[in-house]
Amino acid sequence: MAQLPKVQDPDFLVGFDQSDDAAVYRLTDELALVHTLDFFPPMVEDPYTFGQIAAANALSDIWAMGGEPKTALNIVCFPEKMDLEILSQILQGGSEKVLEAGAVLAGGHSIEDDGVKYGLSVTGIVHPQKIYTNRGCEPGDLLVLTKPLGVAIICGAARVGEASQQALQKAVASMATLNKYAAEIIRKYPVHACTDVTGFGFLGHLHEMLGGERKAVIFSSEVPVIPEALEYAAEFLVTGAAQRNRNFLEGYVEFGPEVHFSMEEVLFDPQTSGGLLVSVPKAAAEDLLAELEGLDLPCGIVGEIVDEQEKEIVVK
Amino acid sequence: MKKTLDATGLSCPLPVLEAKKALKELTAGQLEVVVDNTIAQQNLEKMAKQLGLEYELNTISEDRYAIVITVGSGEPQTPTAQPEKEAVRGDEIVVLSSDQMGAGDPELGRLLMKSFVYAVTELEELPAKVLLYNSGVKLAVKGADTLEDLRKLSAQGVEIMSCGTCLNFFGLTEQLGVGSITNMYEIVQSQLAAGRILRP
Repeated sequence: MAQLPKVQDPDFLVGFDQSDDAAVYRLTDELALVHTLDFFPPMVEDPYTFGQIAAANALSDIWAMGGEPKTALNIVCFPEKMDLEILSQILQGGSEKVLEAGAVLAGGHSIEDDGVKYGLSVTGIVHPQKIYTNRGCEPGDLLVLTKPLGVAIICGAARVGEASQQALQKAVASMATLNKYAAEIIRKYPVHACTDVTGFGFLGHLHEMLGGERKAVIFSSEVPVIPEALEYAAEFLVTGAAQRNRNFLEGYVEFGPEVHFSMEEVLFDPQTSGGLLVSVPKAAAEDLLAELEGLDLPCGIVGEIVDEQEKEIVVK
Repeated sequence: MKKTLDATGLSCPLPVLEAKKALKELTAGQLEVVVDNTIAQQNLEKMAKQLGLEYELNTISEDRYAIVITVGSGEPQTPTAQPEKEAVRGDEIVVLSSDQMGAGDPELGRLLMKSFVYAVTELEELPAKVLLYNSGVKLAVKGADTLEDLRKLSAQGVEIMSCGTCLNFFGLTEQLGVGSITNMYEIVQSQLAAGRILRP
């Protein structure tokens, strides 16, 4: 992306050069468009569930920017010889999530491919003064995470027949949950920075949020985790993507001796349709968490933005 | 003895899963796991590190990477780790000079021998060699109820050596089911060089 020419347009408010969740383009002083797209191959067996998860994941970036999704377009890759009923179930799962998001499924495009891939291109709106970028944490802020970590470890374990049904159900429930509900609560609080936790894992997205300017302490015992993910990580059922995240972040992160290897893996675990990670003033964090706890998923105050510290991220 | 596991073409977490299975069967020796990318190699490294096992990383070619993990006494440990071992120099070897254990009832003797060989397979530290001579060679031929256990030992790096003269005497040369054929010179040398000799 760094090779691409930079765009000079005063209304192009958020673009790819800021490694944010979505692009934002201002139409008027009151209204800006939020654009995002995401698609990927299945991470679960059931096509309907995959459709739900892929849609929840693609829609998420809009809420991470503080916006509301308005329209969505399907992106489909499907093998010619595969049963079309499978595709129909994927699209069914996806369209139900778009509807639940309050947006309109406006069309899409499909191509023939060797493997199945599905996702959405989503357009939303936001007030130009109320965009949540992933930069802007301030010292003293507390970090709140709205979904549990560990879904890729569990899906990976399930793929090799080593995950329990309950573990997979918890992961699926988390991935299929729209970030809409958490976003509606977060909107009531003074948000300094917000992002959604996806492929770079919790620590990767935190690293982006700190933007080379801020430092953070993570309270590992407060991080919401699907418990089986810790169990499977201790059995070394770990993913390749988590190791890539680890390699990239190694120089930025320090783990205290009390942090177990399996927790390290969970913190590097790439998330599909992960939760929102929000930086809010200390005074607001407790109330925010109390409200988020009213939703179905495990959440927590997982860290604090600090001034004095050698490494960018210290996990205790 | 080194066992090799080809995990190329497998995506994480499969190489680690396969390596874990192979390690479970390995009480002593080395396991080499070959993968086709460095990320899988790093995941195997994490496992070895967490299990406290010694390992070495090798790059075989642009798309072949290996980790060699050492288990048990496959490699000499640091002297401080095993002080009592220091006093004895040389390998541990097992000598089976009869197909029976002890003198007395032959049926009981054969039964005892079968469980003796089995007990050897269960040792935490396996011997380096098993020497078989006289009617002991009958334990390593096809149809013997001890053959499976001897093969298990062989698969884990234990050298199984049967006396050629003895096999010939019993007309069992063609029936040898595990290990190699040896001669009197090696039988003498092996026992001379041994740190400990275990006899049933």
